[in-house]
Amino acid sequence: MIPEWLVPTILTIITAATPLVFAAVGEAVAEKSGVLNLGVEGMMVIGAFAAFAVGVSSGSAILAILAGAAAGLLMALIFGVLTLYLMSNQVATGLALTIFGLGLSALLGYGFVGKTFGGLPKLDIPGISEIPVIGPIFFGQDFLVYLSVAAVIGVNWFLFKTRSGMLVRAVGENHEAAHSIGYSVTLIRLGAVLFGGAMAGLGGAYLSIVYTPLWVENMTAGRGWIALALVVFASWRPWRAFFGAYLFGGITIIQLHAQGLGIDIASQFLSMLPYLATIVVLVLISRDTTKVQLSAPACLGKNFHASG
Amino acid sequence: MTELTETPTEVITPRLELIGITRRFPGVLANNNVNLKVMPGEIHALLGENGAGKSTLVRFIYGVQKADSGKVFWQGRECTIPSPRIARQMGIGMVFQHFSLFDAMTVEENIALGVEPELAKDNLADKIQRVSAQYGLLLDPGRYVHTLSVGERQRIEIVRCLLQKPKLLIMDEPTSVLTPQEVEDLFKTLRRLSGEGCSILYISHKLQEIKELCHTATIMRMGEVVDDCIPSEETARSMAEMMMGKNLLSPVRANRHEIGAPQLSVHGLSVKSPHHHGTDLKDINFEVRSGEILGIAGIAGNGQRELMEVLSGEVPVGNADAVVMNKKSVGQFGPKQRRKAGMGYVPEERLGHGAVADMSLWENAFLSAATGKNLLNKGFILIDRSTEFAVSVVNGFRVKTPGVKHAASSLSGGNLQKFIIGRELLQDPNIIVVLQPTWGVDAGSAAAIRQALLDRAADGAAVLVISQDLEELFEVSDRIAVISGGRLSESQPTESLTVDDVGLMMAGLSHRGADPEPAPGTGEVEGPRVN
Amino acid sequence: MLYWSPMLAVVLTILSGMVMFALLDVNPAKAIHTFFVAPVSSLDGIAELFVKATPLVLIAIGLSFGFQANVWNIGAEGQLTIGALASGGLALAFYDVDTPFLLPGMMIAGVLGGMTWAAIPAFLKTRFNTNEILTSLMLTYVALLVLSYLVHGPWKDPEGMNFPESRLFHEAAQLPVILEGTRLHLGGLLALLAVAAGWVVMARHIIGFQIKVIGMAPMAASFAGFKKARIVWLSLMIGGGAAGLAGMIEISGPIGQIIPVISPGYGFTAIIVAFLGRLNPVGCLLAGCLMALTYLGGDNAQIEMNLPNAVTGVFQGMLLFFLLACDVLIRYRLRVVSKKVPEAA
Repeated sequence: MIPEWLVPTILTIITAATPLVFAAVGEAVAEKSGVLNLGVEGMMVIGAFAAFAVGVSSGSAILAILAGAAAGLLMALIFGVLTLYLMSNQVATGLALTIFGLGLSALLGYGFVGKTFGGLPKLDIPGISEIPVIGPIFFGQDFLVYLSVAAVIGVNWFLFKTRSGMLVRAVGENHEAAHSIGYSVTLIRLGAVLFGGAMAGLGGAYLSIVYTPLWVENMTAGRGWIALALVVFASWRPWRAFFGAYLFGGITIIQLHAQGLGIDIASQFLSMLPYLATIVVLVLISRDTTKVQLSAPACLGKNFHASG
Repeated sequence: MTELTETPTEVITPRLELIGITRRFPGVLANNNVNLKVMPGEIHALLGENGAGKSTLVRFIYGVQKADSGKVFWQGRECTIPSPRIARQMGIGMVFQHFSLFDAMTVEENIALGVEPELAKDNLADKIQRVSAQYGLLLDPGRYVHTLSVGERQRIEIVRCLLQKPKLLIMDEPTSVLTPQEVEDLFKTLRRLSGEGCSILYISHKLQEIKELCHTATIMRMGEVVDDCIPSEETARSMAEMMMGKNLLSPVRANRHEIGAPQLSVHGLSVKSPHHHGTDLKDINFEVRSGEILGIAGIAGNGQRELMEVLSGEVPVGNADAVVMNKKSVGQFGPKQRRKAGMGYVPEERLGHGAVADMSLWENAFLSAATGKNLLNKGFILIDRSTEFAVSVVNGFRVKTPGVKHAASSLSGGNLQKFIIGRELLQDPNIIVVLQPTWGVDAGSAAAIRQALLDRAADGAAVLVISQDLEELFEVSDRIAVISGGRLSESQPTESLTVDDVGLMMAGLSHRGADPEPAPGTGEVEGPRVN
Repeated sequence: MLYWSPMLAVVLTILSGMVMFALLDVNPAKAIHTFFVAPVSSLDGIAELFVKATPLVLIAIGLSFGFQANVWNIGAEGQLTIGALASGGLALAFYDVDTPFLLPGMMIAGVLGGMTWAAIPAFLKTRFNTNEILTSLMLTYVALLVLSYLVHGPWKDPEGMNFPESRLFHEAAQLPVILEGTRLHLGGLLALLAVAAGWVVMARHIIGFQIKVIGMAPMAASFAGFKKARIVWLSLMIGGGAAGLAGMIEISGPIGQIIPVISPGYGFTAIIVAFLGRLNPVGCLLAGCLMALTYLGGDNAQIEMNLPNAVTGVFQGMLLFFLLACDVLIRYRLRVVSKKVPEAA
């Protein structure tokens, strides 16, 4: 028989993984275009705050989600202008974006501490959503979960099946050549960075209106960084990022359950698991340098200045 | 086609006419009041040394770069070319010197990126195969670019242009990376296109090629047009003089036939290339004796870079005996230890490899001479002595610079190369290894550098020159060997060789010069890309 | 000339801060005064500024070495934590021993602790080519959890009413105060020493030279025979050691015991300090004082105006944004000017 803890566990894994899916897939697009944005954490936390604030003030979940995405996009715009137009160092700018985002969200979110938000309605198809196991898992989610899956499919299609996606990969691969052929490296990259920001904002929104529907300072708790690690883990492929996110969501949840089951290990050690797992995976991935060289965008992290 | 150039130009409208094109970069006048006229169906050479302003001019014609002033007439009508896309729509195609290709993408994707979206829409693969068959440019649309040889990569660029039925095709130094056989094939294609009425603007500094292929030539020097000529009526020497603006001096060989004991010997050296698209070295053997210059010829990408890294110690080899310096096995030595053992070496890249662009000249002098010239005291840098040494290099090699506190990047290519060579030579090495010593260097500096190498050999050093430039190798070398596909031929005395012999050797060892893998021929092999 | 850019960045940050306060319905002039002026209007305040600046300056100098070599150690917060735990562990182990050797011992333990934590990314990078940005950061979270475990468990003060804190350190384990009546302690002098040592190594020593070459032109470094792995290790050890020492200074100076939050993000702020200080030890000193002011200002604003002290992070982020932007603008203008001058001459 199916153990009764199975379905709830899977459901919580889905909620833990969804924000990571959004953030990682968005960052994968930005990195494919050759831009390394280390500000994912900052964009996510601002997205989380904006979504929560708008949600609480307006009562509308849709507005909340849009606000989350828009806030992430604005943060990415700061980053894009600094790195793409003012040629600032991508690593330093990304770090500043994270520190700035954490500070700003805490400052603005001061008045929202303690409030709660109603969350998102779940899909409910009479008859189908009640099917044991399959029903709640596949037909009983909120729409952001479906959107995250759609985003993976969409990004995969965009990157590998459309001309625009080909352009994104091209500027990440060889920006000089793309410029010589006549494409605007800067504009294409800006687009990719903004998309990454909006996706990180969505991931943040999911955290503050679904995962824990309340506002807590610093509530992303390093998920932005895990999303960055996931992109490397996935060798810049959206589907692998998706599975990676579920793997990490799983580790997070198992850790919580282990604590619940009274396993006699200090909770701190279990909480370390996702971080340690990230390190282990990074090591496994980067050991094969030629493989990393082949899948990593060749211009990742390099600024481009047209001499035209 | 020759009647075209003989007809008065008033009768036929030029395909392209430029009047008074001027482009200034910070510190350089790249193009100064340049006029150029290209007729329909004409193969028009743009001849000049590296840095004469040819590339800037054609990048302007293709819309990649803007000009500060000047007019463009396309088929008689004045126009502007704001972007490569507009250029393509007008019927201008360009094959870049450094290919504008994307390694991690397929041939088809690469072509799709370089043509109009409508053309790329359906059955692009079929169109590619049709055009490539028509012009004898075999290509497999599904292969990844990083699995292709240099010649094949150039075909992608050409097919990309041909698909758009160009009226003007610009080729920027197309043969610098090709084997003589590949050059022949390319010329066939170009002549055929010219016969079909397509104009070709052919940029090169190789005189023999221009004589063989081009109908007319425009000669540029220091950003200006200095002359026009009909190459078939000129000699290579007369064109060279137009190009360099003075009578050529041949370096003086000192009378020195005292060739001594082997200083540098390499035995059975096989190394896997650490680079992504690199060439593995296979069973390399040679000796350089004191007092002689050994030249290694070869087309770029045939293992020169790997050989240089192994000789300099940047990539140590496991077998210590594979590299022997003056009876000492140094295979496992790093660059510092090899310098201590008496080696000086000059890499190909000046900025970023031989010198640090943003550091001053004295710091760059310190970079490789720290131990050789005792510029360190208990780990602390002796700034005065480093500065003194840098000044001696600047004076000894006539490096033009306002002072040794200026950054390396402020020097011109020729001056920086003189500085780097001087820095190495003044440490009195008994073995000197140089890669492409005069690439992109003005004629005056090049002559000075070659003379310095000859003088060092006359003083008893063993000198190894790895170069693509056959004229250079014939000028300085006592013996010449050829590297191809990571293998090195037996060396032959220079007197017993002709340029044609070496050209054949460059191609003879492997059918597809630069390709490290056995020839896949028809291109039906799938790329080995790991997914 | 490049020193104009930090000044300009500070001015722009203050102006934007005023706009931000105005938008939040807070009197901008009063807020800026509370934030940037009031905290340093007394001797006590100035001493406090140096207390806060000490860890920032120390860590920033350490990190500068790595950043110059393109080694992106962003896990100084974790290295600080482990340094604090190593030295604090020593202090607790010799809880009732009064010996002058305890403090030096703790310093060594702190440095070694920070180095150990930084050795993990160094090893993974040199051995497996793993990106140090992500590993050093992940290890920060791990370090904070180790701290949390220790203060909630084994190191909890047995007489502490079950609060998650260690015992108060014995006097022998506390840094002596060097300015009577304030909290300014010996650590401040250590930071100044680090500035001097850092400057000498960076400008005059072969280690500094190698680090700069690796950062500016990795191929030239290999041409000169500098070993990249060695530089990666070296710069992570310097960064980790400095952060570890800062951790020791915090617990044996202003704090005096081990508590769940040892650092209010010094390890991260030091990254901004390093950039603001142009990766130059003297610059780090000035930038460190400025950043310390944002901390004091944040605390002060919380007390005086009931503003959340998260404002600190906002100012820190803005400072770095403006610095990076001004940098580029000024450098670009300089390049154009400087290249044209010799041409005209």
